[in-house]
Amino acid sequence: MSTASMIERADDSAAVLVEQVQDALSQRRPLAIRGGDSKAFLGRMVDGEPLDMRAHIGIVSYDPTELVVTARAGTTLVDLVAALDAHEQMLPFEPPRFDGVATLGGSIASGLSGPRRPWAGSARDFVLGTRVITGHGKHLRFGGEVMKNVAGYDLSRLMAGSFGCLGIITEVSLKVLPKPRLCRSLRLEMPADRALLKLSEWGQQPLPISGACHDGSALCLRLEGGEGSVLAACDRLGGEPQQASLWDDLREQRLDFFRDPRPLWRLSVPLATPSLAVPGEQFIDWGGAQRWLKSDMSEADLRRIVTEVGGHAICYTAGHAASPFHPLPTGLMRYHRQLKAALDPQGIFNPGRQYAEV
Amino acid sequence: MNILYDERVDGELPRADKAILLAELRQRIPDLKLLHSAEDLRPYECDGLSAYRTTPMLVALPERLEQVATLLKVCHAQKIPVVPRGAGTGLSGGALPLEQGVLLVMAKFNRILEINPQGRFARVQPGVRNLAISQAAAPHELYYAPDPSSQIACSIGGNVAENAGGVHCLKYGLTVHNLLKVEILTVEGERLTLGSDALDSPGFDLLALFTGSEGMLGVVTEVTVKLLPKPQVAKVLLAAFDSVEKAGAAVADIIAAGIVPGGLEMMDNLSIRAAEDFIHAGYPVDAEAILLCELDGVEADVHDDCERVRHVLEKAGATEVRLARDEVERAKFWAGRKNAFPAVGRISPDYYCMDGTIPKRQLPAVLRGIKDFSDEYGLRVANVFHAGDGNMHPLILFDANAPGELERAEELGAKILELCVAVGGSITGEHGVGREKINSMCVQFNADELTVFHAVKAAFDPSGLLNPGKNIPTLHRCAEFGGMHVHAGKLPFPELERF
Repeated sequence: MSTASMIERADDSAAVLVEQVQDALSQRRPLAIRGGDSKAFLGRMVDGEPLDMRAHIGIVSYDPTELVVTARAGTTLVDLVAALDAHEQMLPFEPPRFDGVATLGGSIASGLSGPRRPWAGSARDFVLGTRVITGHGKHLRFGGEVMKNVAGYDLSRLMAGSFGCLGIITEVSLKVLPKPRLCRSLRLEMPADRALLKLSEWGQQPLPISGACHDGSALCLRLEGGEGSVLAACDRLGGEPQQASLWDDLREQRLDFFRDPRPLWRLSVPLATPSLAVPGEQFIDWGGAQRWLKSDMSEADLRRIVTEVGGHAICYTAGHAASPFHPLPTGLMRYHRQLKAALDPQGIFNPGRQYAEV
Repeated sequence: MNILYDERVDGELPRADKAILLAELRQRIPDLKLLHSAEDLRPYECDGLSAYRTTPMLVALPERLEQVATLLKVCHAQKIPVVPRGAGTGLSGGALPLEQGVLLVMAKFNRILEINPQGRFARVQPGVRNLAISQAAAPHELYYAPDPSSQIACSIGGNVAENAGGVHCLKYGLTVHNLLKVEILTVEGERLTLGSDALDSPGFDLLALFTGSEGMLGVVTEVTVKLLPKPQVAKVLLAAFDSVEKAGAAVADIIAAGIVPGGLEMMDNLSIRAAEDFIHAGYPVDAEAILLCELDGVEADVHDDCERVRHVLEKAGATEVRLARDEVERAKFWAGRKNAFPAVGRISPDYYCMDGTIPKRQLPAVLRGIKDFSDEYGLRVANVFHAGDGNMHPLILFDANAPGELERAEELGAKILELCVAVGGSITGEHGVGREKINSMCVQFNADELTVFHAVKAAFDPSGLLNPGKNIPTLHRCAEFGGMHVHAGKLPFPELERF
């Protein structure tokens, strides 16, 4: 990066981190890997010594014409996005920035994606490469800075969403995209059932939808693309103009809906799933594929209902659920344990953050 | 260095007793079709990498899931290696058989189980051909995006195993980006579901890990793919340049203008001439390079983007820019590119297709490097290039009947891949490692990284019976290979004994 602010914010602490990991390995001391600590509410408590990633910061390389950016794990999303903004580019998966403290490493490790996810792809989809400190105390590189790369197993995408349980992400290369030329948001008053039907119908057509949520009374759509397609879609779909800040507030969980004191659940369900009859308040996102739920209902009942429709549930309220992540079938858990043992044989990386067994 | 399985450096394989295995398989799975005579086995001795052949011990052609599960259990118990295979179109020898192994052919699993337009997915068996999915989805105006050039023949199970690409990857992604769920059988015949019908699933992303794992972690038995609405229109521009540097710069300029083309292809002069002679696509044969830029989407946007791209191309110094007037001309422009390989096949007895990827800005330097290698080895190289995503396909022209030419072509190819790695790229963008690039893996990854790969393999297949020898070289192979490629006076893998 050429801008002064980026140079000021760059610091390569990899050597120190590797030393800390080797130290922990020699004493079999578990580590609780931490970036901005903005997602502590997600997952189980880790009993380990905090390993702070925030000193390992900076953009390592960014060439807008390659559509690739590489940055160190402690870099905040705010800094990363600012660098992309300067070239009219973006992280298409819209990870939440959580009061500006969320880091790149934490975002990829937790695999969180925002409203554009069903159309653009997930955090993992944009990962091209990672550098990782392994359970043998080595600093290794997987994947790379090119769009297509099928050499070896895809460990860099495996790291996405693994909550630090398989290794410490120190650097990430991501595919980025140009920002759309035009963005318009619409609000169409209709009940949730009808909204889900319309979304299913429109989803089969080449409409430039890049966000679709239902707040209980209206369907809100975001349209992005060239002037021609966006304006034509606005004309065709009708409705009232909607403030674009809705999508930021939804991504950051700042909407009134999220203030409800009841526990928050995230339900991930197949695209065309009809309304789910569960007690509590629901907020539909991802064109129907993600349902936010504020409810006191029992974990077991909720998991049963979501599993029946082919989905799964994650609890977003710390300390509420016995197992915040959806339990895995026995066979699959066996391979999770074996993979954990292969990559982190001493079990020092975020043990138990996702599941007690890994 | 020969790439056929070599127990000395690739690891000892268990000694199998064919008669005992055959007897048990016939008893446990009486209705399983098995091939075991020399003449029946011959058609299966290679995949798309036909320069290398090994006759398998047995070929199994199951039709039901239980047959596959039982076969895997029997082989696991008897310690027999199993090599899974789809349609056998792979170019890297990922389905190259083993003399002591069973070739498990999944081609008979060719049923489309469900096309769901509301949920925008298709659930299919692994032997279904890539193009057949889009054909089945066409009545709903939907399609499956990844389109490897072998799409009329290659199977979706093989696409998953190789993480297949195509010409539209920059905009629409690889196979891994277009999957929801796969069902697999482990080496022990245990059923696992990876991914889900929802957009994500709990736990580690094993779907991503298995995609591109070349049949070494499990056998794909069912695939659920995403379907997309068909773009309303697609238009293609052809631009000619008097230097590859200018063409390369034009690619960067298109991206810098905020445009993500559906396809963006480059051909050099040798490829242009070969294609024009064969297809008569109307290519300018005097151009040093041409770019084909396809824009797809909603009509109004495509129209605007075509104007923008035309402007960019002219500013970048194109000697000529043509917009295909209609579908016929668009198909003709593409036909030249899509037939570039067979076209090159007409001007040379044989050709060897490479698959390295590079950061796009390195293109002029890499093409110069390829030219130097070409002169050094006395073999012509034609270049076709997925310019949008940095995936090069240099075609090395040679004559297999001329003594030593195949070896020279392979050596030249390995040099090109080393160059790709040196400029920050990869030895394979979409064809996979298989056996073909097993030695080049030693250039891209160090011993510690390869050790991690082997640990991942062992987590799913501790006895190493699934497709042994593919994708990840042993450290011994790299030690021996590295011994021939000493860089800067330093031996790679100094900790290992040399043979």
